[in-house]
Amino acid sequence: MDKGDKLPLEDYKRYGRQMILEGFGLSGQLKLQKASVVVVGAGGLGCPALQYLAAAGVGRLGIIDHDVVETSNLQRQILHNEQTVGMHKTESAAQAVRKINSRIKVDVITEPLSSLNATRVLQDYDIILDCTDNTPTRYLLSDTAVALGKPLVSGAAQRFHGQLCVYNLGPDGLCLRCLFPRPPTQTGTCEETGILGAVTGVIGNLQALEAIKIITGLHEKEPSMLIFSALGSPPFRSIKLGSKKPTCPACGKEGKKIGEIHEFDYVQFCGGPAPDWETQGLTDSEPGFRISVKELHNRLEGGDRLNVIDVRPRTEFGICQLPGSINVPLGELTANPSTYLPEDDKIETFIVCRLGNDSQIAAETLRSLDKDSPGTNKRTIKDVIGGLRAWSKDVDENFPVY
Amino acid sequence: MSTPPTLTINVEFGGGLELLFANQRKYQLSIPVLIPPDTTATPPSGSAPPPILSKPADITFLIRYLKENHLKERPELFVEGETVRPGILVLVNDTDWELEGEGDYALKEGDEIVFISTLHGG
Ligand SMILES: [Zn+2]
Repeated sequence: MDKGDKLPLEDYKRYGRQMILEGFGLSGQLKLQKASVVVVGAGGLGCPALQYLAAAGVGRLGIIDHDVVETSNLQRQILHNEQTVGMHKTESAAQAVRKINSRIKVDVITEPLSSLNATRVLQDYDIILDCTDNTPTRYLLSDTAVALGKPLVSGAAQRFHGQLCVYNLGPDGLCLRCLFPRPPTQTGTCEETGILGAVTGVIGNLQALEAIKIITGLHEKEPSMLIFSALGSPPFRSIKLGSKKPTCPACGKEGKKIGEIHEFDYVQFCGGPAPDWETQGLTDSEPGFRISVKELHNRLEGGDRLNVIDVRPRTEFGICQLPGSINVPLGELTANPSTYLPEDDKIETFIVCRLGNDSQIAAETLRSLDKDSPGTNKRTIKDVIGGLRAWSKDVDENFPVY
Repeated sequence: MSTPPTLTINVEFGGGLELLFANQRKYQLSIPVLIPPDTTATPPSGSAPPPILSKPADITFLIRYLKENHLKERPELFVEGETVRPGILVLVNDTDWELEGEGDYALKEGDEIVFISTLHGG
């Protein structure tokens, strides 16, 4: 630090409560002021991270996102608000950040991060925060952080769980590929994964904290992963990790084997594009096996005895359900299908779920069982196109969409 | 014949993996000290039965044991071949199993083995 390094006078008051911390001091604040952090994803993790980085006085913040704010984001993405619904998340977050701290520089980057632009977009920053929600971008960020020699503070959250890990920190710091050379297999279900806002808040705050520790020199650089489970006791667990793997295709000392980042297909590497379950649930691929919501509505009004099975998880069934439907979660139905075929083979069965994907699996399971049962008339077993989402859209606009 | 000696270990699931195990996060298990002979493997016909190898129970055995005794649904989300599927972290007493010999780690009385699924949401 130069002898003449000083902060603007008002900053001594503003940041005094952190500057007086042992090991932080004036030099810590000056380091923050000169530092730049880029936050990839202005969602559940990115919002709290940005909030604390801005408040602490990090001199320059980059915000990368290409989505717009939706009502369903407000439960956890705490920089956005009712007035910014419909606005780009980057703009909404930048607005909030500038309100917290008007003197920091905020870069708004409203474009999808890809292998073609990642190096260019990220190279100007000291630290990268992975606040994204998908595996391909996570591998892209890890490889780019290795190539640029920058620490990557990675956070993730799902349901009641969170994880935090700093990759590529210091010469021995491992990368995502050291830990997970192969990406996780995609799981096919239209059941939405829930998330509690306070959980993303915990992990996002910790990402900001890790960045501040790295910038100010307070990080002990021991490779570890922090695992959080809101319902666990204790809720936190720290895991000791190894250092860089010599054989790692991205950071190993045997050399880079993944080729050029801009030529690497991250989406394919992670098992191809994630399916659009809503569109897929609306596809009527095998005519005769599915029923539209309007048709189901007519049948329900008609007064026939029908067997309507809702295969969503119990908790979701408890939120809203069709009158007269019974709840048999998909796992239970496929484990014991014979229980759910009506004795009377003239009673028709209609299966419904949230978007119309799981219901197809359930209907197919029951149909193949019925086909193999000897002698009897074949039962009518159909599933509902587009599920309850379509019901809300085409039959009853007062039926909740969640 | 006396019952074979067992050892007691604690197994915990996290990151959503508990959903595959009846939504129960913690298990205390008594498992055999030595891996029981694989009864599913058929010896080549005409040859003498293979000698019973008394290999101590390791994590590879534990994965098979969990799959056969406690896994309730969608096994492909937990195992792939002899090991866990990609994206599952295995911890031996809070240390990444890679530092402990992975599947070959011989289980000891009181060990805590944790299986955690990596998350990707944000
Ligand atoms: Zn690596």
